[in-house]
Amino acid sequence: MAEGRYLTRRPIEPEALLAAVNHPGLGGTVLFLGTVRCGPDDGPVTAIEYTAYEEMVAAEFDRILGEARQRWPGGRVAACHRLGTVPAGEASIAIAAAMPHRADAFAACRYVIEEVKRRLPVWKQEVMDDGTRRWREAQAGAEPAEEAEEAGGAGGPR
Amino acid sequence: MQFRVAPQTDSLTAIKVTVRLFAQYAELAGTESVSLELPPGATVADAVAAVRRQARNGEQIPTRPLAAVKLAHVLPNHALADGDQVALLPPLAGG
Repeated sequence: MAEGRYLTRRPIEPEALLAAVNHPGLGGTVLFLGTVRCGPDDGPVTAIEYTAYEEMVAAEFDRILGEARQRWPGGRVAACHRLGTVPAGEASIAIAAAMPHRADAFAACRYVIEEVKRRLPVWKQEVMDDGTRRWREAQAGAEPAEEAEEAGGAGGPR
Repeated sequence: MQFRVAPQTDSLTAIKVTVRLFAQYAELAGTESVSLELPPGATVADAVAAVRRQARNGEQIPTRPLAAVKLAHVLPNHALADGDQVALLPPLAGG
């Protein structure tokens, strides 16, 4: 089913997320897009197939966005994760944070993506140019989340 | 931790738990769910141990995988109730 508050099997529409957080009182909006990468170190990856524990994704997104709203009251945050086959160059996740000022917008957006990486039950298989697939785990430490850790993101795994 | 799997006939002294497997774990085991009967007071760690014994390639599932009950992350010592659904989550890769 994968069509709900947070999940889609179609290309992500950033405009819809931006519209969801737009408000005249919020002067800074940050939009984060995570896109499927096919760089020189990634091998012949043509796409990534995303699967999820869908019911839990909704619950965990509720918690993560709830924490962000509590931490940065007065702002708005929204998020969307794509499932299924996502071709290289297309977005697998989008997060929008609108706050009265830019510093909080950047911080809230960063908080949400780091918690997503730590907590969202989503998995990916790389699809290679010869059609083979391999499970790909998140590269721990590849993008340090010190700020999110310092912010004390409670409720994550262990 | 070892435990005795309660016999089928002794349902009053056992709890029924469904373990859901995802991604690599489902692929390893060749199934997305395993039904277990465990002694009352059993924990997530007990359910993991039972799956590792019973499921195909179960020994390849880590002894302490990420786990969730009622759609939330839990620790291995989380106590299970009759009817609980335990999800065993391979290393996460969202985003």
